[in-house]
Amino acid sequence: MFSPGETHPNEMRAFITVLGRDRRGIIAAVSAKLLEYSVNILDITQTVLQNNFTMIMLVELEDPSVTIEQLSDAMDQVADVLGMVIRVQREDIFDSMNRI
Amino acid sequence: MITASEVMRTLEMFDHQHLDVRTITIGIDLLSCADPDPRTAAENVYEKIVRTASALPHVRDQISKEFGVPIINCRIAVTPISLVAASSKTENYTLFAHAMQRAADTIGIDFIGGFSALVHKGMSVSDQKLIRSIPEALSATKNVCASVNVGSTRAGLNMDAVAMMGSIIRQTAALTAADGGIGCAKLVVFANAVEDNPFMAGAFHGIGEGESVINVGVSGPGVVKHALERLPDHASFDLVAETIKKTAFQITRMGQLVAAEASRRLGIPFGIVDLSLAPTPVTGDSVARILEEMGLETCGTHGTTAALAMLNDAVKKGGVMASSHVGGLSGAFIPVSEDEGMIAAVRNGTLSLAKLEAMTCVCSVGLDMIAIPGDTSASTISAIIADEAAIGIVNNKTTAVRVIPAPGSKVGDEISFGGLLGSAPVMPVLNASSEAFIARGGRIPAPLHSLRN
Repeated sequence: MFSPGETHPNEMRAFITVLGRDRRGIIAAVSAKLLEYSVNILDITQTVLQNNFTMIMLVELEDPSVTIEQLSDAMDQVADVLGMVIRVQREDIFDSMNRI
Repeated sequence: MITASEVMRTLEMFDHQHLDVRTITIGIDLLSCADPDPRTAAENVYEKIVRTASALPHVRDQISKEFGVPIINCRIAVTPISLVAASSKTENYTLFAHAMQRAADTIGIDFIGGFSALVHKGMSVSDQKLIRSIPEALSATKNVCASVNVGSTRAGLNMDAVAMMGSIIRQTAALTAADGGIGCAKLVVFANAVEDNPFMAGAFHGIGEGESVINVGVSGPGVVKHALERLPDHASFDLVAETIKKTAFQITRMGQLVAAEASRRLGIPFGIVDLSLAPTPVTGDSVARILEEMGLETCGTHGTTAALAMLNDAVKKGGVMASSHVGGLSGAFIPVSEDEGMIAAVRNGTLSLAKLEAMTCVCSVGLDMIAIPGDTSASTISAIIADEAAIGIVNNKTTAVRVIPAPGSKVGDEISFGGLLGSAPVMPVLNASSEAFIARGGRIPAPLHSLRN
């Protein structure tokens, strides 16, 4: 039975995707929030195409008391401020759908 | 390492191609709830369902949020009530349906199935009581689903039960006339019913199952259609089949991950992933449109059965390796009212009841969510059931009938059920009588399994 506080090892890594119109301070705002939640960035890919900003980050949660759900809620606030769409999703969904 | 384009393609499936987990269904054994006092038994039923499944909606929300995967429904399937209620001293089983509804309301789930009887060879006294209670039970409750298994490949076809079901369907429609006969949308008549189906209205917890189990049904017609759209024009069927297989693999892997996670968090064993392509009435989530993408002008025209056979087979081949246990109904569903492309094909006159019957020979599951005229006789409905059951029994597959003779409706009318159930144009049935055929009763013997032609 799952109990709060007990975390599975692969619950610690997530993809964060940030989509929307390009503007100043996107990476700064996102990474400041990540620091606040003790989240380490493992990889970043970022492009701007015709003013559309796309960023994909692979991150690791280093504080065991922070859940992906909490991080996701925190990122929703950043998304509201920036006027962008930010999603936090566990890495395993992408792994399982794209790798045998 | 997952690449950026893989991340984006995966997100695209959720955002624009309607990929979702259709349902997490908990199966619950209720045999321990039996009691001679019907009120005690019903209370036991309520208590056990709530005790077992109360965490389901919360766990669904958690998983949905962490993975970013829409999970549309939470459902419960229980032991066929004809078995649970058999020892209770009562003629009417509606109070068990009320207990199920109360449990569904308390927990906050979408559907609860298992107001069911398995009568493929014969009907016990309890089976008969259950079947006679169906119209009242379905009209008095909102989320309870009923099913009756009238035939099997090993036992043949119980024509007494078939005859009874024609009139039960009409009574159910009459009692829910104010809502377009919606009671019938919650009632399925099966042949070769499966014990681990997570989809409604036919889900029940089979007697070969354990105390409780998690079964997951995925959806994803939009993803398959989109994958086919990306193929070069005139791509051969070899390539089309390969593409469907790969897509089905991805869809099923998502279902497997969600099922494993739900099982772990709820402390309930994982049963199966049902590999079905389940459409919704939303544009872009249609099985019919996949068939049209293969080169058919409209679903229902010549070539439709072959296209569907290929789709169904490729979905299974792709999905089977993606999950540790595959089960349920697994295949492409063709519910008319729940599929925007099917509705359009019926409206323009290309898709007929006869063609739908042919299509059910090669796919999952049967004549599903079809509105027929309100004055269709009970014997004609029984004969439709008998035809469909015969297809399943002879071909060793599950088939089912879920038709809605909406009271007062005529061919060309449109019956709207709302939500996932969609809306259905009323389709014509043949006028020549099947009365004497259905009146015979008895059993059609089980088919021979050698000399197959």
